[in-house]
Amino acid sequence: MSTTTDTDVRNVIIIGSGPAGLTAAIYAARANLEPLMFEGEPSSTSDQPGGQLMLTTDVENFPGFPDGIMGPDLMQNFRAQAERFGTEFITEKVTSIDFSERPFRVEVRGTEYRADSIIISTGARSIWLGLEAEERLVGHGVSSCATCDGFFFRDQHIVVVGGGDSAIEEATFLTKFAAKVTIVHRRDELRASKIMQDRAFANPKIEFLWNHTVVDLLGTEKLEGAIVRDVNTGETSTLDVTGLFVAIGHKPNTDLFSDVLDMDATGYLVTRGGSTATNIEGVFACGDVQDHTYRQAITAAGSGCMAAIDAERWLEANVHTAASATTA
Amino acid sequence: MAHGIVNLSTSTFDETVSGADAPVVVDFWAEWCGPCKKIAPILEEMAGELGDDAVIAKLNVDDNPDIAMRYNVMSIPTLLVFHGGEVRKRLVGAKGKAQLLQELDEFLPSSR
Repeated sequence: MSTTTDTDVRNVIIIGSGPAGLTAAIYAARANLEPLMFEGEPSSTSDQPGGQLMLTTDVENFPGFPDGIMGPDLMQNFRAQAERFGTEFITEKVTSIDFSERPFRVEVRGTEYRADSIIISTGARSIWLGLEAEERLVGHGVSSCATCDGFFFRDQHIVVVGGGDSAIEEATFLTKFAAKVTIVHRRDELRASKIMQDRAFANPKIEFLWNHTVVDLLGTEKLEGAIVRDVNTGETSTLDVTGLFVAIGHKPNTDLFSDVLDMDATGYLVTRGGSTATNIEGVFACGDVQDHTYRQAITAAGSGCMAAIDAERWLEANVHTAASATTA
Repeated sequence: MAHGIVNLSTSTFDETVSGADAPVVVDFWAEWCGPCKKIAPILEEMAGELGDDAVIAKLNVDDNPDIAMRYNVMSIPTLLVFHGGEVRKRLVGAKGKAQLLQELDEFLPSSR
């Protein structure tokens, strides 16, 4: 494919449009940096414009919304605010990035964009169980989106795998439709926040299967059951379910940066303490792509603000002063 | 000739998917599905651009659960591509425009 090059050299390109990226865009736009954002492509997973909150329902812990707000509505607000101050959006996924020369080069389906600085806010995506049957049954009982697909499981038995906030939120949401929801968790206690746990324990439609993992799925045309194994005894048994939702954790979206940006053993980008700076000058990272500790919308937004300020100061010190010196 | 999206219901579904010479893409969707809303404008654009080469249609699963059930749709958005009245392709989940066009390519006239 031939590559065309966009003529402008941008001050900053932001990659990823969750709470971190959009907050960076709001701050960068208000600093007159005219940010260009690649917001990703539509998908039914969390890897989509707006990020993980696009698949959630009520967000009750984002400050400023005492009555809660729907995840997609919150992200629409973020985006509208970034747009209001002049952020330019392109609804595509970045194909590759070349950090080896300046300005940096970002390629998107055959078009090359250039920028003096880059803010990475590509977030994290949900992990699947990794079973062969899982891939075959996506859309036939196995789902990545409880809010999209819960409707199809009216009066049925659903299994939700996982023990964190996402798993408990999905399970609670799915009880609106399902006859019964079984949460299969590999440990004997939940990682979810206390308020979410209390709600789940009080919900008569939710049952727990502790210390178990899902090891295989039954059915060829559609899901007919899940085989679970007791992690202590190794014994397997079959759960008679027609729906399966997986919420066992996340993996950072850092494939684009392999061998170039410093990462920890699990693939999260490493930033310099107390800042969003990566190991390449002028490249900043914020949000879940560099945070496996807090992973909240508000912490992502906070680090997005930091990234925009870090980028602005870096451009001021390294690019804009140099440019005014040469034109003087 | 530019076309918009054809809004199908249980009573018009069969006639539309088997009555056209061109491939018919049916988007199974609902109001409460976020990813469905994201692809709606993309399908609208495609309907305009593809003109007579394809029929782009949508079916609300809330209002027409019988059709969704007939085709075992258990996840939305699901796009079914009909040609000659038969389902030729099933695309589960929202996708970007470039990817959707690529998936439809085999059904479109080669002169495009």
